[in-house]
Amino acid sequence: MRKVLGNKQAIALFVLPAFILYTIVVIAPIVISFYYSFFSGTPGLKWEFVGMKNFLRLFGDSRFLDALIVNLRYIGFVMIGQVGLGLCMALLFRFWLKRFKNLIRTLMFFPVVLPTVAVGQLFAKIYEIQPNYGLLNSLLANIGLRHLVHAWIGEVDTALGSLIVMDIWAAIGFHAVILYGAILDISDDVIEAAAIDGAGSFQLFRHILAPLLRPMIITCLIFSFSGTVKMFESAKALTGGGPGNATKSLSMYMYDVAFNYNKVGYGSVIALFIFLMCIAGSTVIGLFDRKEDL
Amino acid sequence: MKTRPHKKIKFHDILTKVIIALILIVDVYPIFWLLTASIKKNSEWVEYPAYALPRGFYWQNYVEAWTRGHMATFFKNSLIDTLVSLVFIVIFSTTVGFAVVKMDWKWKSAVAKYFQIGIMVPVATALIPLYQMFLKTHLTNTYTSLIISYVAFGLSLSIFLITGYLRTMPNDIFEAAVIDGCGIYSLMWHIVVPMMKNAIVTVLVLQFFFKWNDLLFSMTFISNSELKTVQTGLLYFSDEFGSKNWGAIFASVSMSILPMLFLYIFLNKAIIEGMTSGAVKG
Repeated sequence: MRKVLGNKQAIALFVLPAFILYTIVVIAPIVISFYYSFFSGTPGLKWEFVGMKNFLRLFGDSRFLDALIVNLRYIGFVMIGQVGLGLCMALLFRFWLKRFKNLIRTLMFFPVVLPTVAVGQLFAKIYEIQPNYGLLNSLLANIGLRHLVHAWIGEVDTALGSLIVMDIWAAIGFHAVILYGAILDISDDVIEAAAIDGAGSFQLFRHILAPLLRPMIITCLIFSFSGTVKMFESAKALTGGGPGNATKSLSMYMYDVAFNYNKVGYGSVIALFIFLMCIAGSTVIGLFDRKEDL
Repeated sequence: MKTRPHKKIKFHDILTKVIIALILIVDVYPIFWLLTASIKKNSEWVEYPAYALPRGFYWQNYVEAWTRGHMATFFKNSLIDTLVSLVFIVIFSTTVGFAVVKMDWKWKSAVAKYFQIGIMVPVATALIPLYQMFLKTHLTNTYTSLIISYVAFGLSLSIFLITGYLRTMPNDIFEAAVIDGCGIYSLMWHIVVPMMKNAIVTVLVLQFFFKWNDLLFSMTFISNSELKTVQTGLLYFSDEFGSKNWGAIFASVSMSILPMLFLYIFLNKAIIEGMTSGAVKG
């Protein structure tokens, strides 16, 4: 037994190829990014050591700050929409939906599997105003709301909101299905007992469901956060970051800096910032989970 | 007293039905619109409102997307990149998973933790150094660059799911097999792999969607349009067709979601389970 499961040659064969690949492609780049962040220019081309200059530059860079604000607003609204509305839908399924539960769940989940770029292209046409009205504008125009017809993704005021709506639409089914599963895990006895004790819907939610669902809500928030902090694909596909920089995220700004302006060192600083934000945010959300246990 | 609660329930019932109907419309209608719009003639966009149903079946849109829009090439590339990556992801995650859960060696829990770091690494963070690496090794504009990145970035979550599954498996079976004279490699192939069929399906489903949907790696490492994937191709579609040829754009977007639609019709249970397993088992 020992001999077979302790077979050194087999362990090396099983672990080493993946270990080496993972180290080079996933872990090493973080270390290299850190190294790059002390240089200006492009490797092999005007590559100079500049010390902390790239880091200091971050705080005075208004385009970076703009991207950070766009990204934070996006994170906040999308998280609330995906998890908050997802929870509402899950509750709706559990307590008010009597038939077709599986069919509706299956339909709801479908947008989750669609490629982000396809969703972006679809919504670009939904929001379109030129050369023809898209779906939204043509519906508005024909139900007497012509004054609402609008270049949804062409104007600074509505572009980010339109993007947020799209991303909530695309992922809400994911959160609704997960939370619905968690609600089903709560035994009917607990809910019935509370109802017999005279708890109303709100009290039932506040005192019974919310505490029991808490861990899964936190998991959903972490998933939603780690998806939105990376904000890139959907914005790229819907608006390309525009109009102006109205929907330009940190990742998109990093991409511009590193690949279009060829400032690899400064781009790496932004990349590290995204990495730290990702870890810090998930850790903070995770803390809410443990607090209640004490 | 008797009629009031009765009335209330009825109103309640209608309200929930309306809400559920609204949710379903919002969820399904855009996709329905996309599919029906893909067979409209370009003139229909001018003559009728955007929500109008198509007047006929104008398949020419699909022909145009497939040939002039290079969708045929993009599909081939996406299939090669995704399928080859999936093979490696499954092999690596089952072997590493088995080694860190069931085998005896000193560093196994440290290595398991090390592989989990990757779950937190955003693709954007690794992008710049990876691009420089591929540039130096002349791997930009190759299938290899994408497959290497897809596999490496697919490992953390896959190994996490496989190890979670393996931990719930009793050791008796392996012990019995070993006592019967089974070597480690035949144990892996004849016992572990068949027993982990469900976990492997989960990994396949999850990673298929992740890899098929990748945009960031493919738009960074691939500039040759012969090697572009469906996602990068779609992104620059409007450039190819101009903003007025809606028919061809809708046809190409529809084409990119049709495989998903068919997979989903037949495998929706496995897909929902697979996609949510990362959250449910974490």
